Amino acid sequence: MIEATPVLVAAPDFNKVLGRPARVLVTKIGLDGHDRGSRLVAGFLRDAGMDVIYTAPWQAIETVVRQAMEEDVDVIGISSLATDHLLVPQLMKALRVARMDDVSVVVGGIIPENEIGLLEDSGVDAVFHPGSSRDDIVGRIASLIIERRGGHISDHE
Amino acid sequence: MSNNSDNRLHQDAEARWRVAYDRQLPDDSNRQNRSGIEIRPIYTPDDWDSDSYMDDLGFPGEEPWTRGIYPTMHRGRAWSQRQLIGLATPKQYNERMRKIVAAGATALSMIPCNSVYRGYDIDQVDPLLLGTCGTTINTVDDMETCLNGVPIEGMSIALNDPSPFTLLAFLLATAKRRNVPWDQVTGTSNQSDFISHFIANHMFYRLDLHGARRVFVDHVAFANDHVPRWNPVSVVGQHMQQAGATPAEAMALTLSTAIQFADDCSARGMDPDKFLRRFTFFFDISISFFEEIAKMRAGRRIWARVVRERLGAKSTEAQRFKFHGQTSGMDLTRQQPLNNIARVTTQAIAGIFGGLQSMHTDSYDEVLSTPTEGAAKIAVATQNILREEAYLSEVIDPLAGSYYVESLTNDMEEKIVAVMDKIAEAGGMFEAARSGLVQQMIGVSAAKFQDQIDSGEQTWVGINKYQEEGEVPVASLKRPDRTLIEEHLETLSRFKKERSNDIVAKSLDELTRAAEDDKVNIFAKIVDAAEVGATNGEICGRLRRDLGFGNPLVAA
Repeated sequence: MIEATPVLVAAPDFNKVLGRPARVLVTKIGLDGHDRGSRLVAGFLRDAGMDVIYTAPWQAIETVVRQAMEEDVDVIGISSLATDHLLVPQLMKALRVARMDDVSVVVGGIIPENEIGLLEDSGVDAVFHPGSSRDDIVGRIASLIIERRGGHISDHE
Repeated sequence: MSNNSDNRLHQDAEARWRVAYDRQLPDDSNRQNRSGIEIRPIYTPDDWDSDSYMDDLGFPGEEPWTRGIYPTMHRGRAWSQRQLIGLATPKQYNERMRKIVAAGATALSMIPCNSVYRGYDIDQVDPLLLGTCGTTINTVDDMETCLNGVPIEGMSIALNDPSPFTLLAFLLATAKRRNVPWDQVTGTSNQSDFISHFIANHMFYRLDLHGARRVFVDHVAFANDHVPRWNPVSVVGQHMQQAGATPAEAMALTLSTAIQFADDCSARGMDPDKFLRRFTFFFDISISFFEEIAKMRAGRRIWARVVRERLGAKSTEAQRFKFHGQTSGMDLTRQQPLNNIARVTTQAIAGIFGGLQSMHTDSYDEVLSTPTEGAAKIAVATQNILREEAYLSEVIDPLAGSYYVESLTNDMEEKIVAVMDKIAEAGGMFEAARSGLVQQMIGVSAAKFQDQIDSGEQTWVGINKYQEEGEVPVASLKRPDRTLIEEHLETLSRFKKERSNDIVAKSLDELTRAAEDDKVNIFAKIVDAAEVGATNGEICGRLRRDLGFGNPLVAA
């Protein structure tokens, strides 16, 4: 099933509409270090005009929360290839404790079917699986950002 | 062409064919394969002339090595099946291994848990992450448990064991406990290629580049001298192709890495004819069928030439391009997952025709989760079917002499050599990786490929074409039994209490001293430390302190 949301606006307009550029933290938690996915996604988001903060793998959950706060991001993107998604509920909890639960969280990578619920229940906004296209990913993240900033995109359409 | 009249007949026929072809397919255009080589609709003696048979092909087991590294190839000994199996605890691993050995296996593979790859013990990481992808081997006792009732002598043991090679140290310590002489220990340090880890598989990247290089060379020297049947080097192209390198780039980067390793060993005063006998390679096999076959054939030819002309080795053994192949997980799809069985089969055939020595076939569900047991069985059966029902091991290098395959092999060789020249100009593979040149090259290729998928230029069944509503149900993944993990945590804590902590502390200080003195073989000290009870986490931790923590380049 493809859950594509079309990119709502072309790149430069997207930021004009938002007032200031969309900001996304692309990172990896846990033990794995495969980064083909996170690098590609970071490139997609940059091409779409977003500011991307890209980190080394193996970030501690506290570090992700702190960085999200300091960088004032709209979205945190977690890439996981080998099981590290199991730590995402801990990240969601830490964000709530830090009163940062307005930041959207998306997860991409190898997420077993029977564990998607675990992520959704913890408050993850979107899960991207292998085979997601550039448009799927950019479109969905753009919608999340617009929603988070108050959905005033419609004024400009 | 044998004579002028044949030549005229050939030209006339080709002209007639061209007219007919263009009439029927007026809008036809040629695509490029993943490595950027244009693929034409037909190949003829104009593209490859059998007069160059001896120069280009010859016979298997001798120069120019194109047709294979042994005179008998798969007919003498079929490729070995090396499946990666993730089993959570040493006890569970042992149960499985005893069954496999009882069934006649002479080779086994050891895949540690992600926590082990990162250089930690099980009491240093979140228990949720333990044993989900591999076995939690932290100590010599754990290794002994893994191999309980399994003979070490005569068993080829593949260790997924990045620098500083703690698993090999545990294995050698276990052999010593059992009074098995080290010259009876055979197998491969499958993950010795720290450069590929720095570039494209960061989970395995433990020590800083310079430190990893030091430990690597010491480990090769130690193995050559004390464990003579051990292959300490596996140069890994797989990580780079999985990260996005084209097949030609992946082959070129792998060969460039092997040259770097050989130069480093030679600089240390080692004899190329000795250490090169123990070099092995590890490649990804994508679904780009003919391209992969040509990649392997060209790689075999280039490597033997490099060994003779650049590395100064003379022996037949040193020129043999022994390689393991793994079918590419990147080609698999989450959509219509059973289609992956067809993909893996195609990839596996390419690997077999490419002349590999051992193979891992992916489970169809690898894109959904860590492989489930039922899916892993199909992956093994796929190899059995190809070997014994389809007779793919019957004829050596069966595609040789195909105008297309030979022309493509030559074209791939040219592409590969061009990338190798670029790496040499950048100062060799160590420098090219350190500076980020290689990562940039791979990133560009990965993005280009993704664009071809997104635009539909490259078909991906179920993703950008032939999509279907609704999903095929697949078995859900079971996580390791928490009580077994808890038990294993208790075992480790008991182990730490029962060993002599003074002796362990001294052995770790020996590592520090070795780190400060290039003349000491640091791997010998790692083996000593493993013997007296130092853990994976302690050894990696100390070496990270003394030689530097391995940080990959962070660039997107």
